Amino acid sequence: MAYSEKVIDHYSNPRNIGTLDKSKNNVGTGLVGAPECGDVMRLQIEVDDLTGTITDAKFKTFGCGSAIASSSLATEWLKGKSIDDALKIDNMDIVEELALPPVKIHCSVLAEDAIKAAINDYRSKNNLLPIEVQ
Amino acid sequence: MLKLPIYLDNNATTPVDPRVLQEMLPYFTDVFGNAASRNHPFGWKAEEAVDYAREQVAKLIGAGEKEIIFTSGATESNNLAIKGVYEMYAEKGNHIITLTTEHKAVLDTCKHLEKTGAEVTYLEVQSDGMVNLAQLEAAMRPTTILVSVMFANNEIGVIQPMKEIAAIVHKHGALFHSDATQAVGKVNTDVNEFGIDLMSLTAHKMYGPKGIGALYVRRKNPRVKVTAQIDGGGHERGMRSGTLNVPGIVGFGKACELARLEMDQDAARLSVLRNRLENSLLELEESYLNGNKEHRLPHCTNISFKYVEGEGLMMGVKDIAVSSGSACTSASLEPSYVLKALGLDDDLAHSSLRFGLSRFTTEQEIDFAINQTKEAVTKLRDMSPLWEMFKEGIDLKSIEWAEH
Repeated sequence: MAYSEKVIDHYSNPRNIGTLDKSKNNVGTGLVGAPECGDVMRLQIEVDDLTGTITDAKFKTFGCGSAIASSSLATEWLKGKSIDDALKIDNMDIVEELALPPVKIHCSVLAEDAIKAAINDYRSKNNLLPIEVQ
Repeated sequence: MLKLPIYLDNNATTPVDPRVLQEMLPYFTDVFGNAASRNHPFGWKAEEAVDYAREQVAKLIGAGEKEIIFTSGATESNNLAIKGVYEMYAEKGNHIITLTTEHKAVLDTCKHLEKTGAEVTYLEVQSDGMVNLAQLEAAMRPTTILVSVMFANNEIGVIQPMKEIAAIVHKHGALFHSDATQAVGKVNTDVNEFGIDLMSLTAHKMYGPKGIGALYVRRKNPRVKVTAQIDGGGHERGMRSGTLNVPGIVGFGKACELARLEMDQDAARLSVLRNRLENSLLELEESYLNGNKEHRLPHCTNISFKYVEGEGLMMGVKDIAVSSGSACTSASLEPSYVLKALGLDDDLAHSSLRFGLSRFTTEQEIDFAINQTKEAVTKLRDMSPLWEMFKEGIDLKSIEWAEH
């Protein structure tokens, strides 16, 4: 299968690979997917408690090039966004940006799930109710 | 200078040997006759070429010329063997035994026959890919007419104990068919030595052209018959009608001749290169060889790299053409059924690579493949959350994963 140039770029030069200190209260971690399905994404955000802005985002992904690119792109988009804006990131935005083919749409869904899971982890750490995830 | 990408998917298909191509070329233009035309020199010359090629194919597998039925390839040969025996021996029984690790051309043919009344036993293999002979013996019934076991597996290269299987099959009065697609021309596949009654082969896995193959059908001890699956002009002694693919047959014959003469030296050289590749890659932590290490083809290896996803890995080894056990791009998310049959967990099946070397593979190419694979595995593990958890001593099986 041919990958788009943007997928290849994110795969070859992934942005923001790494690990944030999950013991910190202002760090939210989302771990989604399953090894049997061939995709596991871990996406972390660090939030400025005063402004509610995401100051840092890191990921590690076990998956195909599209899964790696989707999570890499997600971290790029998350940095500097407010939590509210981050929640507006839709998987179809990722599909469009990376020109993912239909068989790879699930990678973008997983990235959106990872964003929401990270936000909810941050919220629960800070005694806020979780956002409903579809 | 290395020419990239490097082709290491020779279990899928091989390039045509230039010597084979040279032999074929005149049969497209100058000697274009129909081998069945008995009344002029165009036909005679074509027939002569077919006869010589048939002799070469037969010689390679220790058969007689009259025992070779040319087909379009091993898929057709498997269909003809299994359906043909099932129909021809319907009075004797309706039970067929095969393995879960067979090629789809065998499995799906059996499934097709099940719909028409056949009973099929799909034997599981052991964790190294080898058949369990005691289970085979126990599965034999008075109504068993055919046992179909591949000579060497296309994904892991494991060679089954053919002599022992043949002994069991014949003791119970059944016929023994083998899909020898991967083995012919690579290792000794003498039909008499191994007691094979029907054997499928194809040219394009042994430096011959695509679209030509053969079915070996034993003529004595016992005399085996198959019901034709393609009706028409009665070519190939009535077992496979259709105008003979003369250039293809000539190429197949030449490929068999070369294999007979060069197989041993190719195998010796390639097993050294394969071992070098395999040993280097197994130096990586958490990498595992799939299949029996002793009983297998000399030119291929199949290795799983834990905590790395197969398709991502394929992308990382972009300058080498290999196959993966991952099925991420296909409609189903199921990884290789062959690796699953060995008892591998899905994650290990997903993260496997199959390397197949050829007569044309060089030492420089293998060294390049080693380096690129090692780099890709290391890079992907550095970005894998599973690898990080493994390194922290977390048991991945203790985590509740959300299946999606």
